[in-house]
Amino acid sequence: MDIVELSRLQFAITALYHFLFVPLTLGLSILLGIMETVYVMSGRAIWRDMVKFWGTLFGINFAMGVATGLTMEFQFGTNWAYYSHYVGDVFGAPLAIEGLMAFFLEATFVGLFFFAWDRLSKIQHLMATWLLAIGTNFSALWILIANGWMQYPVGAHFNVDTMRMEVTDFSAVLFNPVAQAKFVHTVSAGYVTGSVFVLAVSAYYLLRGRHRELARRSMTVAASFGLASALSVVVLGDESGYMAGLNQKMKVAAIEAMWDTEPAPASFTVVGLPDVAGRKTEFAVRVPWVLGLIATRSIDTPVPGINQLVQLAATRIKSGLIAYDALIRIRSNSHNVAARTMLESHSADLGYALLLKHFRSDIQNASQADIGAAAASTIPNVPVLFWSFRIMVGLGFWFIALFAAAFWLAGWRRLDTNRAFLWASLLTLPLPWLAGELGWIVAEYGRQPWAIEDVLPTALGVSSTDAGNVLFSLIGFATFYSALLAADLYLLQKYIRLGPDETLGRPVSPPSTAHAIGV
Amino acid sequence: MSYELLRLIWWALLGVLLIGFAALDGFDLGTMILLPFVARSDIERRVVINTVGPVWEGNQAWFILGGGAIFAAWPALYAASFSGFYLAMILVLGALILRPVGIKFRSKLEEPNWRRSWDWLLFVSGLVPSLVFGVAIGNLFEGVPFTFDADLRMHSTITLVSLLNPFALVVGLISVTMIVLHGACWLNLKTTGAVRARAYAVIPAAAIAFAVLFALVGFWVAQLNGAHLSVPMAHDAPSNPLMKSVAVLRGAWLTNFAGAPILWAAPILAFAGAIIALLLRSRPGYAFIGSALVPLGTIGTVGLSLFPFLLPSSSNPNASLTVWDSSSSKLTLAVMLGAVAILLPIVLAYTAWVYRVFKGPVKPEHIVTESKSSY
Repeated sequence: MDIVELSRLQFAITALYHFLFVPLTLGLSILLGIMETVYVMSGRAIWRDMVKFWGTLFGINFAMGVATGLTMEFQFGTNWAYYSHYVGDVFGAPLAIEGLMAFFLEATFVGLFFFAWDRLSKIQHLMATWLLAIGTNFSALWILIANGWMQYPVGAHFNVDTMRMEVTDFSAVLFNPVAQAKFVHTVSAGYVTGSVFVLAVSAYYLLRGRHRELARRSMTVAASFGLASALSVVVLGDESGYMAGLNQKMKVAAIEAMWDTEPAPASFTVVGLPDVAGRKTEFAVRVPWVLGLIATRSIDTPVPGINQLVQLAATRIKSGLIAYDALIRIRSNSHNVAARTMLESHSADLGYALLLKHFRSDIQNASQADIGAAAASTIPNVPVLFWSFRIMVGLGFWFIALFAAAFWLAGWRRLDTNRAFLWASLLTLPLPWLAGELGWIVAEYGRQPWAIEDVLPTALGVSSTDAGNVLFSLIGFATFYSALLAADLYLLQKYIRLGPDETLGRPVSPPSTAHAIGV
Repeated sequence: MSYELLRLIWWALLGVLLIGFAALDGFDLGTMILLPFVARSDIERRVVINTVGPVWEGNQAWFILGGGAIFAAWPALYAASFSGFYLAMILVLGALILRPVGIKFRSKLEEPNWRRSWDWLLFVSGLVPSLVFGVAIGNLFEGVPFTFDADLRMHSTITLVSLLNPFALVVGLISVTMIVLHGACWLNLKTTGAVRARAYAVIPAAAIAFAVLFALVGFWVAQLNGAHLSVPMAHDAPSNPLMKSVAVLRGAWLTNFAGAPILWAAPILAFAGAIIALLLRSRPGYAFIGSALVPLGTIGTVGLSLFPFLLPSSSNPNASLTVWDSSSSKLTLAVMLGAVAILLPIVLAYTAWVYRVFKGPVKPEHIVTESKSSY
């Protein structure tokens, strides 16, 4: 493997590991805030004990999120130095604001959450818990503004004097519609993860007949919050699909394994067998109109297919070569006004010319065959995207069904007695993580070959460090993270098995009269 | 605001972030280095860990913010330093990853071997970053081998072995003694009894070692080759580090001090901080302020001595990164300055409040009564 593949693999592994912990932090922090609000409003000690028990599990997970997050903040510099140089002017800002506005907040108030129960008033502690939750969610917002810009790089232009992208319009970067859609989709997925976690662990207690009071109350909270979140994930996922249709047409076509442009309104392929070599999809089961509606919000706009998008890419590569040629001329004479004008008018396609760097270093002399190969390289891995997307969406609908059932049972006060439902909840435990990781695979693997869509090919973004160094760090991270994950899972299952009484070192408050009013 | 002024402010903010990290997270790191030595029994070790337990994560946020802010304001520096110091940076990350996990997981199981192993891993999590950051600073004074091609892609021949040279290792030791001193002053303030007595005993050794090494490096730097702008640079030109000419002169790192003697205040502050910590160690609050002045003076000295250089190149001095040619665009610097002006005071306010909430020493009886909820 060369340095590009090693660096990509390392980024993929460290990011996917990080996202094992992030969604649970996002979801549980809000659930802790809700439970503590009930405690402060009702004054019932069992709700405080719920916060402390779920908080213990939250803490074990939070530590892993912080640990794996450290790598993410610095990995752009260590492994993606040219990327950092090329887009740092734009991409660095949301990361810095994330630190200032969000990470500081969550990292400071997490200490109060765990250690200040006796040092703060009830209201002050509740405030600390909510600030922790707000901090984690702000954190996701700024990270997704950065990530949204990678998918849809608005508000920036190429500056030939500094050889990089620079910001022209900060509010465009901030209010990037792709980032907004991704933010709500991602945090909702986190809320679903937190809700499934609470639901499943509570179901485990109820199946064993343990901690009924704590489990039943926890389930009720998870059921309502989970249902709202699961609906939001799917609705906002649809918004993400529409946003992708705006500028990542190739990603949409690959997810659909749609080789040729479909006449409007395009149909949606439910299942099929993508055949990459033959550029066709066998055994496709199609639902008319649906894709056209999702991707274009209209019934008269066609959705372009992969083959047509490859042809478009070839055109843009040729236009990009004009920009590149102008860039070389500006380098030899920085006052060449004609060349600057030429670069300006073709700079939107400069990234397409850079795709040729993978095939030859003197890209000005690229042949038709090189251009064809570079254009074909804009096709992401179709079968992986096709299946990842379908499994993710299927899981999304399953979560809606599960939480709808939970909500309905809660209404009938039968949450704790329906064993089929309890087993279903328990077995669902790993599924939100699977859906979340598949979601990132669709979003980021589907962005290839671009690091920044249409602007910077991934292969150019790497550092020029020694491949051996990257192999060393890759193996190091993979083994180190796996060992930490094993310790994390061991502690989580140990504290879940121990249960709230042992975890808090005393019997969890008896329900007293709570049952009568059903809180 | 002019581009020149924005760059100058962001250079100062770079210092503020590094000093904030060293002064706040520094005592966490120092506490971890001292953990196996000043605390013998399990309860004592838990006392030590719990002195930083509620606050260390907020302190670490200075490190995260430092990374993000360098990325946003000095992208060329972010790219060149972290990829150039690749293995050193991976070592630091590996060590720092141990910390959140170690602090959280250590006391979650009763087995003595589990706890002892984490104690030593936490020691590593304190020592490695302290040493490596110092070694990296040392290498700045010697210059590191890198250059840029016409695409501004960096090419470097830095290796981990080349970073670990005698001068840099001595600077690494300065960093370790500074961090240990700060950690010892923290424990002197936040513990009681035997643990405090041991931390107290560390203070003189750490303060004297720091002062001696710091003075030694001062004389050593005068003998080193430093970078010097042969032709004055434009301060508001686009950030392209290939447009200047740099000469290499012996002792050039002291020319700023010769030109403006007021700058000697920075190294004097570092010495003064160590002396205050040493002399006032039986008044823990003052001693801690003294040990916090040490990173302020030390990092201030580094920045003022290198200015306007940020990352000097030994293989192609003309490609060195300076304040005037490796920043973000004017717009990004201005917008980010606005964000800092609004958000940093808020951060400082709630940080100060949290320290007030957790005021007072951690005692062994706290750990016994709060055994389940303490680290």
